Amino acid sequence: MTTFDFLFQGILIAAQPMNLLYALIGVTLGTAVGVLPGIGPALTVALLLPVTYKLDPGGSLIMFAGIYYGGMYGGSTTSILLNTPGESSSIVTALEGNKMARAGRGGPALATAAIGSFVAGLIATLALAFIAPFVVKLALVFGPREYFALMVLAFVTVSSAFGDSTLRGLTSLFIGFALAIIGIDQLTGQARMSFGIPDLLDGVEVTTLAVAVFAIGESLYIAAQGDQGPDKVEAVKGSVWMTAQDWGRSWKAWLRGTAIGFPIGAMPAGGAEIGTFLSYATEKRLTKHPEEFGNGAIEGVAGPEAANNASAAGTLVPLLTLGLPTTATAAIMLAGFQQYGLQPGPLLFATNPQLVWGLIASLLIANFMLLVLNLPLVGLWVKLLTIPKPWLYAGILLFATLGTIGANPSVFELGMLLAFGLLGYVMRIFGYPIAPVVVGLILGPLAEQQLRRALAISQGDPSVLFTSPVAAVLLFIAALALIVPLILRARGRGQVLSQLAASED
Amino acid sequence: MKQFFLATILAGALALPAFAADYTIIAPANPGGGWDQTARSIQSVMQSEGISGNVQVQNVPGAGGTIGLAQFASQSAGNANALIVGGYVMVGAILTNKSPVSLNDVTPIARLTGEYEAIVVPADSPLKSFGDLVEALKKDPGAVSWGGGSAGGTDHIAVGLIAKAAGVDPTKINYIAFSGGGEALAAILGSQVTAGISGYGEFESQIKSGTLRLLAVSSAERIAGIDAPTIKEGGLDVVVQNWRMVAAAPGLTPEQTAAVSADIEKLVKSAGWQETLKTKGWADTYLAGDALKEQLAKDVSATETVLKDIGLVQ
Repeated sequence: MTTFDFLFQGILIAAQPMNLLYALIGVTLGTAVGVLPGIGPALTVALLLPVTYKLDPGGSLIMFAGIYYGGMYGGSTTSILLNTPGESSSIVTALEGNKMARAGRGGPALATAAIGSFVAGLIATLALAFIAPFVVKLALVFGPREYFALMVLAFVTVSSAFGDSTLRGLTSLFIGFALAIIGIDQLTGQARMSFGIPDLLDGVEVTTLAVAVFAIGESLYIAAQGDQGPDKVEAVKGSVWMTAQDWGRSWKAWLRGTAIGFPIGAMPAGGAEIGTFLSYATEKRLTKHPEEFGNGAIEGVAGPEAANNASAAGTLVPLLTLGLPTTATAAIMLAGFQQYGLQPGPLLFATNPQLVWGLIASLLIANFMLLVLNLPLVGLWVKLLTIPKPWLYAGILLFATLGTIGANPSVFELGMLLAFGLLGYVMRIFGYPIAPVVVGLILGPLAEQQLRRALAISQGDPSVLFTSPVAAVLLFIAALALIVPLILRARGRGQVLSQLAASED
Repeated sequence: MKQFFLATILAGALALPAFAADYTIIAPANPGGGWDQTARSIQSVMQSEGISGNVQVQNVPGAGGTIGLAQFASQSAGNANALIVGGYVMVGAILTNKSPVSLNDVTPIARLTGEYEAIVVPADSPLKSFGDLVEALKKDPGAVSWGGGSAGGTDHIAVGLIAKAAGVDPTKINYIAFSGGGEALAAILGSQVTAGISGYGEFESQIKSGTLRLLAVSSAERIAGIDAPTIKEGGLDVVVQNWRMVAAAPGLTPEQTAAVSADIEKLVKSAGWQETLKTKGWADTYLAGDALKEQLAKDVSATETVLKDIGLVQ
């Protein structure tokens, strides 16, 4: 049979009424846990594993697929409406999405996130079906030095993309780096900056920091303004739906986001966040409306949302082709496979084609179901914004606290949440961008570990960082991204100077 | 809106620990890892075999299990319904992290499962046998990079023992720690490191499909169904087993301890547990009572020695 036959057969299996029900339960649960900060799809799948023991393998995997895609999508809703990222992969979505929501454009922001997720999920799932063996070869080329080069590229593009002042952006980024040092050093197992506190041994949890600086910081900021600010929020200005202009600006961002997210998701040390950072930076570079970035640019929602869903499909590439779980959720899905005596790996496509194609087909169906479930709700969601401010922010505080406690029931974690909330508040007052702190916490340790691994393997010879073709190309692009704007700015300043000189006459 | 709240409540309920449980098992790691799988296997077998009506698993991840262990020791004292899963990795982590809480602060009930280490190289590696690898190691320890799991964990300890047995200074080994099995496997498959070391299960499907070459396993004797010599056959006296155990809370009465031990023994002897071991590829290493205490003490002191040799513990 050809790939198409297998896929068609898989869709037939997945479209059976019972399996559709499992998919529906999966995406609903997944969306719910995506919305709640702290509780991720990994924990949900783990909790459901014993429950699904009674189901047939097809049914339970379909449900897991639904949870996975739902979780990737669900985080965007609270990011956009409440500035509270439910998952670390939807942090970037909050940047432009929440600005849009406050300008009465929450509807289009939610819609572009939903449709973008659908488009990206569709393309990426098809890519998973057809080019997985090729993509996985590419992913294996990435060793420590290539990852380090990728991180350098991410730093250069990302730090210039957040906020107007490079200096303030870098300051925020380094606060993130500083926090990232806390905890056990991966390469030597030694504790750093943990001051003998056991809770700090594992470092600062990304979602705790993100929820704190975004949601708690924001609530404190609003509360500190008291009654002065205009309480009138226009929940809906213009259409709830995307206009022709919105569509025109979104579709390219969806495609670019997919193209960035999918391969990075397929890399064993990639992860969904990096794809969203790079996508945001790319959109900011390419946009025809640079003035809107930071004030609610729709591309800044469309691209990253597409990237995070595409990377979710990308994660399944190494899982299905190599048996490599690269995220916690993938690891549990691997355990799910093993529960039925299946060993994902190079042989799975050959030994259990029905199951693999059934899973891929159910991903397509889960993806479609998410769209059906979420688009009609957009009109309802935006009404959240009409809730009076004191109630809304009290709700956000409750929500953020509940999520953190739910994920890790510890008093210390709650203390950190509040402390970082204060940090977020102070940074807002003094006009420092928030996102680079979280970016630093995520990318800093990755960059450090990969650099040290690369140097350990080469026994301390730094030239190894440039001698791999992939790493060299990535570093070259990073250098261009750093230098070109400087040159352009220098030339621009030259023109301004000459104009000034001319006007003195 | 209604659906949303329902879903939120449902998810919230899922996330909160239930208090009406007969047993609550702490898995001191993230969902998906070996300890988590062990805890969840105990949960499902205990329920299906009718040993306990309601078992909850709670993940308290971090720091090689020492965070979960510390929390367990302080919060569950005297609670006969609380269990924690642990293992060899925890022994190393307690030492490297200078954890204030050790296995002496809980009540070890039984060793349950074990997995041997496998040493592999990519299929196109010039190293054809374990002997070749040891030769390369003796010639230039730094030039042989080993990819494996967390620093100070079983994989790292095994490499230290191999170096020591081969007469190589263990502080000179070039061990590259990766987080999680997936990343290490990718680095080995991509020939980023010279050799890989981890539990056999991590490499099984790659070895079968021929993309990795299995050089040796760390068991005392050859394992049935696995076509590889032991490290011992390679001339080095090294046997390493990554075992997993279950412990109860501190401060239990002898009667309470006996009751928990009886439940665990019932679990281990059940058909459901044996079936689980088979599907997961875990060896049955059940050991309880005084024999367990003796073995634990031996393992702890041996681990301390090797970690000092590697230089991770002063």
